[in-house]
Amino acid sequence: MEKLSIKNPSNLRTDFLGVKFPNPVVLASGILGMSASSMASVVRNGAGGVTTKSTNLEGQDGHPGPKVITYESGMLNCYGLTNAGFWHEKKEIAKFKKRLPQNPLIFSIFGFSLKEFQAIAQKVDQTRADFIEINISCPNVQSEHGRPFGCVPGMPQKVIKAVKKLTKKPIIVKLSPNVVDIVEIAREVESAGAHAISAINTLGPGMVINLETRCPVLSAKAGGMSGPAIRPLAVKMIYDIYENVKIPLIGIGGVTTGQDALEMIMAGAQLVEIGSGVYYRGISVFKRVCNEMQEWMRKQGVKSIKEIIGAAHD
Amino acid sequence: MLHCTVEQPIIFPVKKIINEAPGFKTFIFEGQLNAKPGQFVMFWIPKIEARPFSVSFQTPNEFQITVMKVGEFTKAMFKLKPGDKVGIQGPYGRPFSLGSAKNIVILGGGCGIAPVFFLLNQAVKSAKNIFFIGGCRSKDIFLKQKALKKIIPDPILMTDDGSLGKKGFTTDALERLLKKRPIDKIFACGPEIMLLKTAQISKKYNIPCQISLERLMKCGIGICGQCCLDDCGLRVCHEGPVFEASKLLESPEFGKYKRDNRGKIIKI
Ligand SMILES: Cc1cc2nc3c(=O)[nH]c(=O)nc-3n(C[C@H](O)[C@H](O)[C@H](O)COP(=O)(O)OP(=O)(O)OC[C@H]3O[C@@H](n4cnc5c(N)ncnc54)[C@H](O)[C@@H]3O)c2cc1C
Ligand SMILES: Cc1cc2nc3c(=O)[nH]c(=O)nc-3n(C[C@H](O)[C@H](O)[C@H](O)COP(=O)(O)O)c2cc1C
Ligand code: FES
Repeated sequence: MEKLSIKNPSNLRTDFLGVKFPNPVVLASGILGMSASSMASVVRNGAGGVTTKSTNLEGQDGHPGPKVITYESGMLNCYGLTNAGFWHEKKEIAKFKKRLPQNPLIFSIFGFSLKEFQAIAQKVDQTRADFIEINISCPNVQSEHGRPFGCVPGMPQKVIKAVKKLTKKPIIVKLSPNVVDIVEIAREVESAGAHAISAINTLGPGMVINLETRCPVLSAKAGGMSGPAIRPLAVKMIYDIYENVKIPLIGIGGVTTGQDALEMIMAGAQLVEIGSGVYYRGISVFKRVCNEMQEWMRKQGVKSIKEIIGAAHD
Repeated sequence: MLHCTVEQPIIFPVKKIINEAPGFKTFIFEGQLNAKPGQFVMFWIPKIEARPFSVSFQTPNEFQITVMKVGEFTKAMFKLKPGDKVGIQGPYGRPFSLGSAKNIVILGGGCGIAPVFFLLNQAVKSAKNIFFIGGCRSKDIFLKQKALKKIIPDPILMTDDGSLGKKGFTTDALERLLKKRPIDKIFACGPEIMLLKTAQISKKYNIPCQISLERLMKCGIGICGQCCLDDCGLRVCHEGPVFEASKLLESPEFGKYKRDNRGKIIKI
């Protein structure tokens, strides 16, 4: 097992909306977020915090397999928001927080209507989650449920205002890259009262066709794109959002190395999330990214990761 | 630094289908899979679905998958005919490891006989004393009866109803064997209750034991977390499906519960 070069390195410590993180590298939603045990193993492998998989009140089945495939430089998935519902997730969150009280947990929630968002939002204060993440950006359920709210200007603010009335927890809104102008959506999200923004969710969806069988490989035909191929897009989006809103940002998309994480932070992210990186570098990706960030910081004489947030801006 | 592999199914036409027993079929494909005993593949029927299956045998130019019909997907598999194109993705997972063990016992229960059959074929090349214990409900669904006897002269066969071999469980035979013979490693695949008993026996006799476990799988590549065990969080598709029995005995879910498609806990 890979070791952190320094145990609990103080130079990586950070905080987000007043909550302390041992390091800024966090597990993204939908990856290894099945149970308290799977999230705890991610923390054991170096993550500062975790995000649960997206949950709605009643739970749902999602799509059949193949659900995940990779291509030369990225990954496609069509999970379709499989989850066991609020009551199950509440227990897993409690179990996680009992084991790891020092590692913040982001509870990702979704709904296909304002009503469904309200139904889960009014329950979230019963959990020990540190933050709520509103997922308005999953591209994998469009054929059944229409365009995600995050892609329809005017909708994010309705969701945020409705959710905000029902919970005291800090609200992070996860944005979709599949929009004409992400800055416009980010501004709307900020003015509706969200406390933070995370970006980006998966791109597309994209498609891979198998030649011999002349048929798309994913069961849902298409799937959201993630991994290294989307990183420059994610960096640019964080960069642009940072220039235009004041609320803190979580950078997500294609991060697999310490350099990638630093780049995201320089673009303006306070925290960085990793999803597909678990495939590219194994579950110890979190530790490795922390080690690589520290090595760079040591060489550059950077004492705290907080010093370089937004450093790429003029 | 990054892997450059592409995780997508590779298309193989079904070469041959063997009716093993009522409700059991073996699918044979031409090609070199480079699988090791205990590893599995994601088996994709285009436009239908993909599910995990162990490799049950392999030669330099063929590999086999042995399937028990239990539900919709396996029913669709049973409709396949030679020449039909299916996708194979893998092999994945941690295989059995014979190591330097010389006196070994291999247990297979029900459909679990298939993956250990492959192991047995490999073991005869390196181990000195090999015991095979196979168990099943009754004679007519006992897999690989003839093939087994070609590899190992006297496999120990057990059936619940006594219609073949001795009446009783594989784990009864295991305990009897351990009392008589010096064994340095145990290998097992089969129903989870049998695996739990096997693990407990291996602990009692202090003999290293490797167990192949099944959990519902979605990605097969260690990304989604569907197959993670409580409390260790180990992924059955990645750190498994073959685990050291001692590790599994630490898990509160081993032999007791598993998770359904949504992640809800269901009793075993
Ligand atoms: C590593 C591994 C190796 C396996 N090897 C074999 C094998 O060699 N031969 C064989 O016949 N079967 C094997 N299985 C089990 C096989 O995958 C299931 O029997 C099959 O998916 C059932 O599909 P179904 O639609 O016919 O039945 P369903 O009605 O869907 O389910 C029947 C049972 O299969 C299990 N199952 C359902 N979906 C999955 C899934 N996505 N992944 C795993 N299990 C599932 C459930 O526990 C359920 O109880 C293996 C499973 C795993 C995890
Ligand atoms: C298999 C898989 C499942 C995902 N499930 C969710 C989900 O349930 N909710 C969500 O907000 N994002 C989900 N995502 C998106 C990721 O959280 C992340 O935004 C995206 O993958 C980009 O980051 P990455 O390149 O590090 O993976 C999923 C991604 C993958 C690969
Ligand atoms: S099946 Fe997805 S992590 Fe094992």
